[in-house]
Amino acid sequence: MAIHIVDRRLNPGSKSLENRQRFLRRAKALVQGAVKKSSQDRDIKDVLEGGVVSVPIDGMDEPRFRREGGTRDMVLPGNKKFVEGDILPRPNQGGGKGGREAGEGDSEDTFRFVLSRDEFVDLFLDDLELPDLAKRKLAEVESEGIRRAGYTTSGSPANISVSRTVSRALARRVALRRPRPEVLAAIEAELADCSDEARRTELVAEIEALKTKMRRIPFIDPIDIRYRRFETVPKPVAQAVMFCLMDVSGSMTEHMKDLAKRFYMLLYVFLKRRYRHVEIVFIRHTDRAEEVDEQTFFYGPASGGTLVSSALQAMHDIVRSRFRPADWNIYAAQASDGDNSYADGEVTGRLLTDMILPVTQFFAYLEVGQENGLSYEMPNSALWTLYEGLRASGAPLSMRKVNERSEIFPVFHDLFQRRGPQERTAP
Amino acid sequence: MTATGELLFEGADWDFRTLQRVCDACEQVARDELKLDVYPNQIEVITAEQMLDAYSSVGMPLFYKHWSFGKHFAFQEASYRKGLMGLAYEIVINSSPCISYLMEENTATMQTLVIAHAAFGHNHFFKNNYLFKQWTDADGILDYLEFAKRYVAHCEERHGRLAVEHTLDAAHALMSHGIDRYPGKKSLDLRAEEKRAGRRRAHEESAFNDLWRTVPTGPAKSGAVLDVERRRQMLGLPQENLLYFLEKTAPRLKPWQREILRIVRHIAQYFYPQSQTKVMNEGTATYVHYRILNRLHQQGRLTDGNFLEFLQSHTNVVFQPEFDDPRYSGFNPYALGFAMMQDIERIVTNPEAEDREWFPDIAGTGDTMGVLRDIWANYRDESFISQFMSPRLMRHFRLFHLHDDPEERAGIRVDAIHDERGYRRLRRELSRQYDVGFIDANIEVVDVDLAGDRRLMLRHTVVKGAQLSEADTKRVVQHLADLWSYDVSLVEVDGSDKVLKEYVAHPRNIAVAA
Repeated sequence: MAIHIVDRRLNPGSKSLENRQRFLRRAKALVQGAVKKSSQDRDIKDVLEGGVVSVPIDGMDEPRFRREGGTRDMVLPGNKKFVEGDILPRPNQGGGKGGREAGEGDSEDTFRFVLSRDEFVDLFLDDLELPDLAKRKLAEVESEGIRRAGYTTSGSPANISVSRTVSRALARRVALRRPRPEVLAAIEAELADCSDEARRTELVAEIEALKTKMRRIPFIDPIDIRYRRFETVPKPVAQAVMFCLMDVSGSMTEHMKDLAKRFYMLLYVFLKRRYRHVEIVFIRHTDRAEEVDEQTFFYGPASGGTLVSSALQAMHDIVRSRFRPADWNIYAAQASDGDNSYADGEVTGRLLTDMILPVTQFFAYLEVGQENGLSYEMPNSALWTLYEGLRASGAPLSMRKVNERSEIFPVFHDLFQRRGPQERTAP
Repeated sequence: MTATGELLFEGADWDFRTLQRVCDACEQVARDELKLDVYPNQIEVITAEQMLDAYSSVGMPLFYKHWSFGKHFAFQEASYRKGLMGLAYEIVINSSPCISYLMEENTATMQTLVIAHAAFGHNHFFKNNYLFKQWTDADGILDYLEFAKRYVAHCEERHGRLAVEHTLDAAHALMSHGIDRYPGKKSLDLRAEEKRAGRRRAHEESAFNDLWRTVPTGPAKSGAVLDVERRRQMLGLPQENLLYFLEKTAPRLKPWQREILRIVRHIAQYFYPQSQTKVMNEGTATYVHYRILNRLHQQGRLTDGNFLEFLQSHTNVVFQPEFDDPRYSGFNPYALGFAMMQDIERIVTNPEAEDREWFPDIAGTGDTMGVLRDIWANYRDESFISQFMSPRLMRHFRLFHLHDDPEERAGIRVDAIHDERGYRRLRRELSRQYDVGFIDANIEVVDVDLAGDRRLMLRHTVVKGAQLSEADTKRVVQHLADLWSYDVSLVEVDGSDKVLKEYVAHPRNIAVAA
């Protein structure tokens, strides 16, 4: 008897991956809630590392006919002092004896498991999108499709179009009067039956002529052959650029910067993950603005006075030099504590209405506040008042206030929630 | 082949040549000395992750896709990662060839133990026990599972994932009541089963004619009420195999839904013998590995160090905590089974007067393996314990019987202990704990209201006051109603036909509107 020993270790693992995805799909609402809850009290970098979530088991259990209660008989090992007829007190009232059932029955009220990074982020960003992604253009060849484009006389044998080739051959044979085999057969039959010598010679000559003609005009000629033609077509790709404008002036406390950075981090992750063709431009400003890389944006220290217009000016310059508004969907998200020097207000307003808003699809303004302040109690800041005025006159601005970490995600979610085609972006 | 004295391996490392040598050595002992009769063996080495994969699909190498397996996987993976749970050293599948999965982390000694345990112990049991012979088709199971997987995937393509999921959910809920408990006319042939399913589908497609849909159905048949006896006979009532009943008679199931019920039912049936022979199956395998490794050590093919390592794992496996030990969670089937096998060996070879009185048939016959092979072939846990548990073993385990009647205010009564008066009662009670007739609730389809609203009527006969747990039962009855697609009622009655509780469910539309 032969014994087969097989090494299965190199077989593709994660056979149950699909089952896991089905499970996640089924438990989606629960898991999503758990993900959002767990992301609130985590450090922003850890949020996206995945990790353990607990979801209530309710609704995901598999019911069976189970019995409970009643008279129970059990045989147990390890008798030390009991004799027949002893009455033992019940351990705790009504609990019955033996913790056996408790372990497998209803006690699993929550169910903890580990989500991978991808699963976590996907659930986290599930229903978000960039609003009004309207302008589509043929970008540099990034994505190509193939489509049929008629027939050609050259190509690969695999692409021969048989029907087209045969029909062309037929047309040619008819046009050139290639004798049909039936005609030839009829004459040959006549020759076989014919006894008149003169007629026979005539027939033989005719057969000879027909055969020569058949040889001259082939059944299928290379010029008949047609190949199916395909051509590649570039697919239109929506290009978008997101400007992140952050105030890092002295009036911004650590807490405010943390809120702003959390917001941008979410934005960054969301864009990177969802859209392949999104450029992100980071601009931070004090009383002057500079374009920085993401490292500096998130982690570099800076301080100074405040001139909001400097950031808007910088954004405008960059748009002019690098992103033609005709080709690009332009978005901007600004975070600030709302302080601006008084003199700058008018310039800011003008820049925004004349230069920025006409070319942007969507402009989000996030006002970060003190830790303990409640948003509705805050007196409206200079910037907020200004923007509110602009919005009242119909500019596509979205404004939100945030004081606590826990508000970041809801606000973010609110701003970028997927909407029906008719609805415009959130006011 | 008699290369006695030559070490199979040294230390803990192994490679595939070692495994081959180990297999050959084990096979020699198993065949020549224990005279085991096994299916051809296939041994597969897998990683921990693959082991977890196998866990979540009830140990089978291939299975259809369902979210509940994903849930089990997530749960087990989490507890494994946290170190709450160790993984089994092996999984063995009742198929021909008999497939044993070995974990790559096992040491050479562990691999030897596992090969002796699974590839010879379990394997012999699968091939020879009457329950497995009667209920399972080892040759066909892998093909059938492959078919089931393909069929379910195919259904998902044609009828949508959600509809299939609903049907499977419902079928799973009834799985424990989808078993024929008494052997039918013919033994199971899963290969033929698969072919029949294919033919059914082909016929259905070829015979399809849209015209029939447009034919008026005409007036209903004469209103004469079928008399109860005849109706029950035609429907095959009472019927305890709920899945079978639904598959055959549920009025509005689609053909593919019936096929899925059938698949779930067949798989439940396949596992049915395993649940009835846990103690015997593990006892057999443990006894076999113990014999084989001892012999290998005697032959000088295992070092003393490796042998001690084996003894240590063996002792862990057959450890039985006492009832007041925090580790106690019921009888350990390995411990009980192994102790009984060893006890039988003692009775056969070296009986005492008591044994001669209790087991006159086998005491002192001297042919241990002959007796054991006969037992392994012809008993299940319940009959095995009720016949071969010896007084000496009951004393060894210090067994006692508790009778817990909630009506009894004073407390729990000790009904019997390991003494002359108690042996027989103890043994009867213990064997009852392994009797499937008592383990599963006794639920039957009793009638269908054909003349009225087509309500399906079920009945749970309550034994010893144990009623169904309410929350679960409501959901299961709901699943039942979805499959039946008319109302379903379940009554719980006690021995004197008094109705204790009634559940009624109305069908939701999702399952049928697929």
